Amino acid sequence: MNFPEGLKYTREHEWIRDDGGDVYTVGITEHAAEQLGDVTYVELPEPGLVLDQGQPAGAVESVKAASDVYAPIGGHVSEINQELERRPELVNTSPYNDGWFFKIAEGNLREFDTLMSSTEYTRFVEDLDE
Amino acid sequence: MELIFEKSRPGRRAVVFDPLDVPEATLPPALCREEPAALPEVGELDVVRHFSRLSQRNFGIDTHFYPLGSCTMKYNPKMAEAVAAHPGFLALHPHLASAPAMWPLCQGAFELIFELERLLAGIAGMRQVSLQPIAGAHGELTGTLMIAAYHREKGNARDTILIPDSAHGTNPASAAIAGFKVVEVPSLPDGTLDPEAFRKALNESVAGVMMTCPNTHGLFEPRVREIAQMAHETDALMYYDGANLNAIIGECRPGDLGFDVMHFNLHKTFATPHGMGGPGSGPVGVGERLEAFLPGPRVVRDGNAFGLASPPRSIGRISAFFGNFLIAVRAYAYILHLGGDGLRQVAHNAVLNANYVYARLKDLFEPAFDGPFMHECVFSAAPLAKHGVHALDIAKALLDRGFHAPTVYFPLTVKESLMIEPTETESKETLDAFCDAMAEIARLAAREPETLHAAPVTLPVGRLDEVRAARELNCRV
Repeated sequence: MNFPEGLKYTREHEWIRDDGGDVYTVGITEHAAEQLGDVTYVELPEPGLVLDQGQPAGAVESVKAASDVYAPIGGHVSEINQELERRPELVNTSPYNDGWFFKIAEGNLREFDTLMSSTEYTRFVEDLDE
Repeated sequence: MELIFEKSRPGRRAVVFDPLDVPEATLPPALCREEPAALPEVGELDVVRHFSRLSQRNFGIDTHFYPLGSCTMKYNPKMAEAVAAHPGFLALHPHLASAPAMWPLCQGAFELIFELERLLAGIAGMRQVSLQPIAGAHGELTGTLMIAAYHREKGNARDTILIPDSAHGTNPASAAIAGFKVVEVPSLPDGTLDPEAFRKALNESVAGVMMTCPNTHGLFEPRVREIAQMAHETDALMYYDGANLNAIIGECRPGDLGFDVMHFNLHKTFATPHGMGGPGSGPVGVGERLEAFLPGPRVVRDGNAFGLASPPRSIGRISAFFGNFLIAVRAYAYILHLGGDGLRQVAHNAVLNANYVYARLKDLFEPAFDGPFMHECVFSAAPLAKHGVHALDIAKALLDRGFHAPTVYFPLTVKESLMIEPTETESKETLDAFCDAMAEIARLAAREPETLHAAPVTLPVGRLDEVRAARELNCRV
């Protein structure tokens, strides 16, 4: 399973990347995508929405399950990946690139720093599997 | 099998109208279709054969074992159908209840409502019951609206409902529609609610707690009384989801466990039609704290006569008339037919059957929790993933062997979950046949997984592409 270095991870299986310029990109991890199975629908937040850390910011559905997607850090939604409305399968085929969900601007850096690293998240997922 | 549209032949009809003998009216063009509707043109016999054949291809409780966990797809005795078909009930006009002058004409129906509410209250240890809600989740909404009304009246600022991750799946949606925030409380590894996590989540913003007991792991919550006490100390109310009442009926009453409000699923516990055959019925029961808020109007007894009145601080009507009345008639017949001892036997047999299945399957599939279970047992198909076999393949392979599939991928807390609820009415022979089929599937999973991927192969349609159906939904011809 691939959890790229340089990203930060949450216990709810989101990843977040610092794009610089106070903008962060958010998606769900390969583990989350695999657990859900083939994604059939993605609900994204309204651009401009102000989010607190841990607040529901969207949802992802497969034929097996539906799950909320949470804001890994506080900030406001600056951009959403509209391509997911037409091609939800990108969440499975490209979870860290084309399958991104939304971007957070003016994100809370202090909250970002407390999230899990790739190594920590890998261990977290392994513990879940036991 | 052809679709009915493929059987269509231009000009073929089931009904031939008499020649027009009144002046023809012209409809405003804005109301007219640009193209005629694509309706099949078929004769009456075509229609009868088409739908009779379709019905024979269905999986239903009258034709197949139906162990759909958490849904309690129990047999609906035909006796109750006969009672509900009585012309006195069947032909009763619901508007007879609309004006006191007509009440003498529907005293029997009023009495049945009054008596069924009284019986349900007794079964569950509640003070009062309302038959108005027309589905389980509708009962949940009614209950959470009453919880909101309770706190509003006391001036409590409460905006949160606590829900264990092992609760029935509709609870969070019902609480959200009633205007609450939902906070999920995790289970312990043994599948029961974590009391420490509950204690941490409980604070002055919590209006209520929605619990399912036994929970959707098929386990009775051993600390439910302690949890109710903690909730009551902060004036949070306890909601009991009756989805799994079949496991404890006659043995244990939610009211005695500390619950303030609950719903019953007549279509689960009380053997009324379920699934596509509904309609459902989700009466709510309340204890002392919420009695004044029940939906109204309610049937009340005045001397020897029955009439209608609303509780003092009623949340008002939540459905037309008195819920799904003819469903209530069936449930009433079922309760009287079985009596108290019979209802207790229902719970005993439901729990016995689930544990028989658990005992026979626990070495073939991985139990999600340590048994014994209550009325349903939960397994995980995750260990079979190494053969490329998933819960869905097992479900489809069961269809080939003449069994409705158990619930798969729920509860969400269990990976590759298989949730099996046999219900009380199945014989040992049926349970053995099901377990034999499961054993064969477990063998095939290890040796010939590709045969399971192909399932179902004996049914009119093969494996459906559920993902494509969800992604490219198209309901038009």
